[in-house]
Amino acid sequence: MKFDIILAGVGGQGVLSVSAIIASSALEEGLFVKQSEVHGMSQRGGAVLAHLRLADAPIASDLIPHGCASLILSMEPLESLRYLNFLSPDGAVVTAITPVQNIADYPPLDELLDRIGKLPRARLVDGDRLARDAGSARATNMVMVGAASHDVPVPAATLERFIEKTFAPKGEKVVATNLAAFRAGREAAL
Amino acid sequence: MSDLVLLGDEAVALAAVHAGMTAAYAYPGTPSTEILEFLIRYQRRHGGPRATWCANEKTAYEAALGVSFAGRRALTAMKHVGLNVAADPFMNSALVSIHGGLVVVVADDPGMHSSQNEQDSRYYADFARVICLEPANQQEAYDLTREAFDLSERFHLPVVVRLVTRLAHSRTSVRVGDARAENAVAKAPVSKEWTLLPGNARVQWRALIDRQPEVDAWSEQSGANRLELHEDADDLGVITTGIARNYYVENLEEIGRPLSHLHIGAYPIPVGLVRRLMRQVSRVLVLEEGYPYVERLLRGLLPSDIEILGKSTGTVPPDGELTPDLVRHALGLPERPGQSMPGFQVPSRPPQLCAGCPHADSFAALTEALDGMATPVVASDIGCYTLGALPPYSAVDSCVCMGASVGMAKGASDAGLRPAVAVIGDSTFLHSGVTPLMDAVAANTDMTLFILDNETTAMTGGQPTILPPSRIEKLVLGLGVDPAHCHLIAAHHRQAEANRALVERELAYQGLSVIIAVRECIETLKTKKKAQG
Ligand code: SF4
Repeated sequence: MKFDIILAGVGGQGVLSVSAIIASSALEEGLFVKQSEVHGMSQRGGAVLAHLRLADAPIASDLIPHGCASLILSMEPLESLRYLNFLSPDGAVVTAITPVQNIADYPPLDELLDRIGKLPRARLVDGDRLARDAGSARATNMVMVGAASHDVPVPAATLERFIEKTFAPKGEKVVATNLAAFRAGREAAL
Repeated sequence: MSDLVLLGDEAVALAAVHAGMTAAYAYPGTPSTEILEFLIRYQRRHGGPRATWCANEKTAYEAALGVSFAGRRALTAMKHVGLNVAADPFMNSALVSIHGGLVVVVADDPGMHSSQNEQDSRYYADFARVICLEPANQQEAYDLTREAFDLSERFHLPVVVRLVTRLAHSRTSVRVGDARAENAVAKAPVSKEWTLLPGNARVQWRALIDRQPEVDAWSEQSGANRLELHEDADDLGVITTGIARNYYVENLEEIGRPLSHLHIGAYPIPVGLVRRLMRQVSRVLVLEEGYPYVERLLRGLLPSDIEILGKSTGTVPPDGELTPDLVRHALGLPERPGQSMPGFQVPSRPPQLCAGCPHADSFAALTEALDGMATPVVASDIGCYTLGALPPYSAVDSCVCMGASVGMAKGASDAGLRPAVAVIGDSTFLHSGVTPLMDAVAANTDMTLFILDNETTAMTGGQPTILPPSRIEKLVLGLGVDPAHCHLIAAHHRQAEANRALVERELAYQGLSVIIAVRECIETLKTKKKAQG
């Protein structure tokens, strides 16, 4: 079993937290994991890409080869299209729909969402709204973990356990909000 | 023995702790920053070993050298261009008789994710005639860093551990061993071996050359260099170094037949192993991250019967970072198609200053003051503010290396470009901007130095500046800058008009002026607020 995930977003959207939660959960399930991160200049509002590889045998490359990713999980719609060459022909795209329009040539949103919708397996999730409903606009990334949880080869219960663990230092309320966000995302993506 | 999930950088850091390191020193620089960050957290939790940020890579290196002189183990970490700054102590420390193990971790940045060039540190190790270890994965980063300390003490040499971005910033499980105790304090026994007067240096240089065969012999049998020969695979052989091996292994299954393969993880290059491979094959493909270092050594100057494929032949691109797909192509395997969206070009999204960044207000004041001037020059430097080169600011004309803004503004002014402005951050100023400012003071150069003091080293994640920001003004005045032309301003849009007017006045002044624009980076401010709950 191999499951490669391209995590995409814009600097500051919490791409690394998403990656960390899925990675820790997979390790807990006894899988081999490699997680390639971005640090440094691109974190300043630029396009951010992380490679997360899960497998039941040792993994050689830290980078995912083209055409091999099972999933692109994106925190931002335009970013969900930046790395399509990594996505396997039967791979899925799960993306949040709220744009980060910090560039002059950002395409019209309707057109963009339309394009994403035409991919073979695409799921568009209103992450921001679901996160606000769950109690915090900052939990969008956990909504997206929930939305991807049907594809990721890790039980939802394990993901929930690591969400709890990650947010425990910030108090019960933050844990509850993030769990609610995860569940809302999971439900929305059914 | 236990398993931990670690970044390549963190594996190196923990290995140093377990190897009985006494102290670590560094200046932050992507992709090496997380080494010291890990060690600083470790020190906070466990009370040691000592881990401290330094003013620059040279001072960090020299502190580490002092620890070695005292018989104890030390690590210094830097990004590739940091070794340029530390090159003086590095080259010369190869001639002293290293006492306590000295490990120099250098993280190269092929592909220039966060750097201004992609220089390959293996050349530096070769230049200094020291050992270089190049781990292929996080486990080797741990194992080889531990070994590096032993090798350093065995051969009395500094040992370089070369990382690259993808290894430094990728995380996986690492099996770690038991910790060794620190060395006791014991001064280097022979002072002559550390005092490089020409008479002593000649002796030490000769001793370094005489040690070479012993080091070569070690490399031949090092576990980091592995030769796998297949009798019937006599066509194509493969040489990999460092993480290139991972991309080769990733594609191995599809090659469908065994290839003779030499992996190099330890230098000096194991000449004997290379020769044994070359006797077996008629063509050899060299896969290495960075410059074609091994490839060039193989190619040499004289013609050979064996065809050498790599970066010089275009089999692998001569620039940028390797990927599993580039290696796939080099091995002659077909491309693996992904998905695509014909007719749609995803616009690029370069990094930019955070909304509300103090630098944006400083650039506004500067560009408005310069508006309409015929030949202004704005030399800039390394940091978040380099992003001021991009639209909408387009405020600076250069960015070369740490501290270069100050010297370049001086030179441009001397040559006749006016007004000449240098724009530099607080941390970069303390790293390498103070000495060129002395030159400008000595000559009373007609230029304006703009120090953007955001009270942190922001680009690498907000490490504290080596001196508290309040001391920068005193430092500048202490160098002899005229107090009438040294100003402290707030980098805030509420001060926009006053700031612009002040900058305009100082640009018109025919002599040296310094403007220190202060406001804390909003990212570090956020982090502080979070920490306070
Ligand atoms: S991190 Fe700080 S200094 Fe850098 S762009 Fe953001 S606010 Fe400005």
